[in-house]
Formats: sequence, structure tokens, C-alpha cells
Amino acid sequence: MSEKQKGGLKQLSPIDIYSLLPKTNCKECGEDNCMAFATKLVNREINLDKCTPLQDAKYKKNYAKLAEMLKPAVKEVTIGVGDKAVTIGGKLVMYRHELTYTNPTAIAIDVTDEMSDEEISSRVKYTQDFSYIYIGNNLQLQMIAVRSTSNDAEKFKAAVKKVAEQTNLPIVLCSYDAAIVESGLMAIPKARPLLYAATKDNWKEMAELALMYKCPLVVSAPNDISLLRSLVKTMIAYGVEDVVLDPGTFANAGLGETINNFTMIRRAACNLGDELLAHPTIGTPITAWTEPAPNATLTAWKEAQVAAMLVTRYADALIMHAAEGWSLLPLTVLRQNIYTDPRKPVAVKAEMVAIGTPDENSPVLMTSNFALTYYTVAQDIESSGNSVYLIVVDSEGTAIDSGVAGRKMTAETIADAIKESGVEDKVKHRKLIIPGKAARLSGELEELSKWEVMVGPQDSSGIAKFLQEKWK
Amino acid sequence: MPEGAKNDDKKFPSELFDLLAGNNELELEDVDILLDELQILFQPGMMMAAPPTVAALKAAAKPTSLLDAPFTLPVQKYPGQVAEVTLGATKKDGGSRGKTITIGGEKSPAFYTFENPTLNPPVVSFDVFDSKTALPKAVRNELGDAYQDPVSWAKFVVDKLGADMVTLHLVSIDPLNPKPATPAEAVRTVEDVLQAVDVPLVVGGCGDPEKDLAVFEKVTAACEGERLLISTITLDMDIEKSAKLVEKHGHVALAFSPMDLNQARELNRRLLEYLPKDRIIMDTTTAALGYGLDYAFTIMERARISGLLGDPELQQPMSSGTTNAWAAREAWKTLDPEWGDKNLRGPLWEVVTGLTLMLAGVDLFMMLHPAAVKTLRNVIKRLTTKTGTLDTEKIASWVSSTL
Repeated sequence: MSEKQKGGLKQLSPIDIYSLLPKTNCKECGEDNCMAFATKLVNREINLDKCTPLQDAKYKKNYAKLAEMLKPAVKEVTIGVGDKAVTIGGKLVMYRHELTYTNPTAIAIDVTDEMSDEEISSRVKYTQDFSYIYIGNNLQLQMIAVRSTSNDAEKFKAAVKKVAEQTNLPIVLCSYDAAIVESGLMAIPKARPLLYAATKDNWKEMAELALMYKCPLVVSAPNDISLLRSLVKTMIAYGVEDVVLDPGTFANAGLGETINNFTMIRRAACNLGDELLAHPTIGTPITAWTEPAPNATLTAWKEAQVAAMLVTRYADALIMHAAEGWSLLPLTVLRQNIYTDPRKPVAVKAEMVAIGTPDENSPVLMTSNFALTYYTVAQDIESSGNSVYLIVVDSEGTAIDSGVAGRKMTAETIADAIKESGVEDKVKHRKLIIPGKAARLSGELEELSKWEVMVGPQDSSGIAKFLQEKWK
Repeated sequence: MPEGAKNDDKKFPSELFDLLAGNNELELEDVDILLDELQILFQPGMMMAAPPTVAALKAAAKPTSLLDAPFTLPVQKYPGQVAEVTLGATKKDGGSRGKTITIGGEKSPAFYTFENPTLNPPVVSFDVFDSKTALPKAVRNELGDAYQDPVSWAKFVVDKLGADMVTLHLVSIDPLNPKPATPAEAVRTVEDVLQAVDVPLVVGGCGDPEKDLAVFEKVTAACEGERLLISTITLDMDIEKSAKLVEKHGHVALAFSPMDLNQARELNRRLLEYLPKDRIIMDTTTAALGYGLDYAFTIMERARISGLLGDPELQQPMSSGTTNAWAAREAWKTLDPEWGDKNLRGPLWEVVTGLTLMLAGVDLFMMLHPAAVKTLRNVIKRLTTKTGTLDTEKIASWVSSTL
């Protein structure tokens, strides 16, 4: 938008970066020259530390300047330690089309210190084992939020201990009572949990805990961004560096204000250079349960809506209550979608796929590896009830028509794909059905592959009919 | 430096110079950076070998009360505005609808109500198909027998579910059908549905550019003045002819483009040669959650922002075929038990697809599952109702309540 960009993302050109680099063209970073390295830096495709000469003491000032120029608009905060530690924030831009979002929203599922051991164990196990493979990504949950409902420090400590014994997922310690949070911290003093939360009433005690145990700290001011800024400013002055912002999540009345608050915070951080709001945000869709619907399913339904909206509108972490596959699967898929690279089309693996139970007489079709094309085609074939071999050709993630026009998919690449797929050992015939939109490759492809090429329909919705009429 | 920072930080400079004197790592020329940043620079954790005096000083500097840091709403002005488009016509406007629906008119990105109120809240239109369609079981369960024919289906969604609008999809006209319906037969279906319900109507074709135009020719004339939304006009159709039909008979055009901003722009530009701005709605394609929703979202968000920033060819209200959510197999398939009841998962898939695009700026949703429609309408209400004092105590109680 026309707003000023903090971090200079919009104004930052490779030249600005280049002028501060050592200009040795040494290639030690893996790029051909310093200008190429500068371009990758601007696009956040490479790290500054890859430049070996820049690490020299004489470039110290340049390094600092470059680091400042490339600093994300939203600070990164790490929760937990070890290989399950999760980093949130680090956003460079407000809108997805400007540059890829980094650090997908971390999702926490809650347990309380009054739950039975079995319930705690099963919720921890559920969270830890959550896994859905989707376009080559393993969708997972990231954290456990332990809440003190007993208001008893010892009980809280025991619950935290129980959780930590079963998982190394990062933990969020939830209580407004600093003494209770501290008893939880004593159970896991080196685990760097996220502390929830400092408010206008307890900020001093919470700040002391965050300093003492070197933990990130949530500052919470429901629907009051001035208070939120005030808390951040105070925390920073106090010495607490890793701050996470909670503007409050209203699932019912106030939902509009909630969406506005998250939006204003991100705009202020990314576009207006507001340092006090340049911290990751946390949403708590779990608040849907404070005004429950007539039954738990409906409350979970509402929680899921709020969570989905907050994944789209700038939450860097979420705390949820419902541990339900039907509600969490769409949410984790949405998160994966929102955090894809908008500059690169999503591609699927170029390989041969068997749909149904094909045999040696089954049709052989081909398509591109652009995810949208692939899934549409695969879906259409599947719902047609036919069993086929589908060869997915690497078109660099472009659709059929643009792949053919842009020479990203040629007769050569298709012929190679046929060879590599091993389809010649699977079927007796040598007939390939190509998409109507690749028709013009048919002659050359027949020559190169020695296969008979049949031109299929323009749109995959016509595959069923095509097979019915043309495949003998 | 954020506003409000000046007063509280006045005491810092002299202390800073004391600090610097004790630390030859830092160069004095760095002092011209902002005070706020220096404060950050001197946090204990960042200076591993800080001399004790620094720690002592730092401890002394800990604030004892909350520092003031007021927030000013980050409000922006946009040179562009989305066109307002009215669908359906009542008797006095030459139609037969019981009410009309107006969408669009936004002066800010979707639900930036801190800048401008939402002039016309988004609207959901129920999908109705004119011939037997393979519907997901979760949807069939909700519709009972009503989905057997378009008239009872339309009546059901309006009378029983309170639909604001109905989208009648004339899939029966598809030339790929064994016995495609003729334009005259299609007109009869549209007229029957118009008789049966009095909400504004969207009339959708089958996607074949020639057959759709042949059907639209008859429908636009037969339903003169009803201000139907004619869905869809595409770049591969005879645009001049389509647009003139819509214009002549008093309808609205739905301009559909395949997830490509340049094509969306070109189509609007060509339609605008024949149609006024308040007679076009655009649809840049809806891909299902998990099956390209990211593209759909980003194209829509870019379209809306470009329009607001002044691009005259992207200032039309947006429509989404949210029913496409059901193209995702996770929406309708029985998965392993851990992924729960598909009767919940499916409609939620549609809800999440819709909500995401709503935040990108969609004004009109075409949807299928009654629970999904109800949810979206409910969220729209929550997003556009200005609340008085919010119960912050209540939501804060999640931390310590047994939920």
C-alpha cells in the first residue's frame, strides 16, 4: 500500500544492499557475484552470514547497517528449547502478496492443573502426535498451554512437571498470578516457556520472572492498544526483550474489534514503523469457551471460526481448547495455505501416480506438476471411477497452457518423464493421452517418445467422457 | 520514536554517556540512533561482559510504574471506492422481488472498521441446481427431499432457512449432457423459481461459452427488469453481445476470470464499455481450502487493495463460489477416525474457505451447506455490529476457569 515501509522492504533495492557489501565477488556465499547475493538478501532468500568477507572486523559497521536494514518489521521470539522450540513473528510485510510470511502461526492446546493425569496425558499425546501429510508437508501442533484453574501453586507445579515429562513441546504457562507462574517455572526452569500474561496489575512481578528465567512474556490488554503499547514500553525499559502481544480475542460480541486490533497492530508494525507494536501477536480462540454454546461441539465450531480468521489476520500464535480432528484439520491446512510463498506456484512431486487399480491395459494420462492442475485432474479421474496411470510432468509448477507457452513443458520433458516413470513396464500398450491444452506438442512427442499420442479434452472435467468414448 | 516516549526518556542521555565510557566496544558516533533503540541495546542479556556498574545502573532504571504510550489509530485514506451494486428489483423498479440486496461500496479493505464502517455487509446466496447433482452426503442430509427439483429446493432454502438470495445453476443446459436442456426449457425453470421465491436471483450457466450465451439471451429477455445476476460472463464469450443483453434487459453481469488479475482487469474493462459500474460484480475464482485457497485469497486481496488505491478496473464488488470448498477431498471423504465426523469437517471446510475470502474482501458468497451459510451470516453480523462496552473480565477468565 502507499504506506511507509519500516525496514524499507518496498524501498530496499539490491543496490542499497550491494553498496554496503565487500564487493569481492568471491562466490563464497554460493552466488555468482555480490549483486546476485544482494538480490537474494532483498528477497530474504539468503542470510547475511553467508557473506564470509563481511564477517571481518573492518566491515563491522556495514554489517550492523545491513542487519538493521534487513531486520524484519516484527521481531522474532523463540519459545521453548531444543529441536521442538518454536519461533514466532519475524514478519516482514503485512500482506501476503508482498513477500512470503515466515514462521507459521504456532498452535497450542491447553491442559489444566485440575485435569486428571489421564486427561492431561491424552491431551498432551494428542497434541504431540497430531500429524497430517498434505502436499508433502507434515501439519502439526506446536505447544501445550498449562492453565492454573486450581489457583494452587503446588498443583500447578505438578501439572507442569507432568506435561514436561511427557513432551518436549514448548509450554505456555497461563496464570495472572505471578507466584503461580513461578511455581510452574520451578518445574521447568530452563525450558524457556512462554509466560501468559503480564497485565496492568501484575506487570512488575511478571517482568521479574521473565528476566530471572529468561523467558518470553505475553503482555495482555484486551481491546486496549494504548495499554498494550504502554505495557510493551514498560517491559522493554524493564529489560524484558521478548514480548508477545495479546490484544484480546473476543469470539462473540467484540469479534469485529478483535479483527481490527490485530489488523491495526500489524499495520502499525509493518507500515508505520511503530517499534512498540513490532512484536509477535497471540490470539486466544479458547475464549469462545468462556461463553459456551448449548453444547461442546457448537463451542468448538465457534472456536474454529475465530482461529481461522486469526490465522488469516496476523496471529503468530494461538491457544485453543478443542482437541478435535474435524476442527483442527481445516485450521492447520489453512495455516499451510496462508504461509506458502506467493511468488512460487505450489508444485507437487513429478512422478507417476496410480489412480484406482490400474492394470496393463489401463489408460496412461499426463498432466503438469502445478498443484492446482494436478489435484483437479486427479480428482476428476478419481470421481470418474476409472483406473489409470497419471504421469505428472515437471512444468516448474505452471499450468498446462502457460507451461507449454513458456516452454517449461516441452515434448522433450514429457518424453523424458515417460521414460523415467517406468510406465513402459506397467502397461502393454503405448498410448498416451495428453491434455487438450498441450495438443500442439503431440507430433513432436510421438517422434521423441515413440508413443501414440491421443489429444484429450481441454478441461479435465471431460476426461470421463473422453475415456468412455475413445479408450478401447 | 513513538509518541509519548520523549518525556520518560529525558533522564537517559547523561547515563548513556557514563555507560559508553565504560565500554570501549561501542563507538561514540553510534549515539545518534534513537533513544528507544539504545535502550534495547543495553538490555542485560545482550551485553554478556557488561561491567557491574552497568547492571547496577540498569537495575536502578527499572520503571516503577507503567510508562505512558498512547496509540493513534493507523487510519489511511484511499483514493478509490468499490462500486455499489443492487441485485433484484421490486415491483416499483419493474421486477417482482420482495426485496433488493445491495453489496459493495467499500472505502477501506474488508472490515477495517477502524477506518470506515462496512457500508453493505457481505451477503450469502444459497446454491440450487436445476438437475440432479452429486451432492456430498453431509449436504443431502440437511436438504431432505428438497434438492430433487430446483423449485422445492429454492423454496426450502428461502422459507425454511431464510436465504437472502438464491443462485440457480442451470447445469442441465450443458452440451455434454446426454440430453441438454434447451434455452426455452431453461427459461421455464428460471420463471418457475422466480414464481416460487421472492428473493433476488443469480442465474448461472454451465460454463460452455456458446450455450451459456444462447441461454442468457432468452433468460435476460424473459426476465426483463428483475435485475438478475447473470453468472458468468467470461473472456471466451462474446462479451459485447453478453454485456448488451445484460444492459438492455436491466440485469447485472458476473465477470469471471481464472485466478489472474490481468484477465480480471481486461474483462472488467471490456464490460465497462457497455455496462455502468453499478452493474458488474467480479469473481476471480475460488479454489478450495487446501487446493489453492492461498491463490484465491491473494488475488482477491490484491484486487481489492488495487481498487481502493485507484485502479478503476478493479473497483467492482467481489463474488465467490465458496461451494468449491467441497472439491477438497478432506471436505467429504471419510478419513481416519482421528479426523472426526465428516458431517462437521465438511461444512467447516466451507466455512473456513468463506471466512478467509471474506477477509480478502468478498461481498457475495455462493454457498451450499445450510450450517456453513448460517455460520457465515452469523460471523458477518458479529463483524459488523458495533458493540458497546466489551466484557474484558469475562474473556480474560479463560486462563483460570474450568471450561
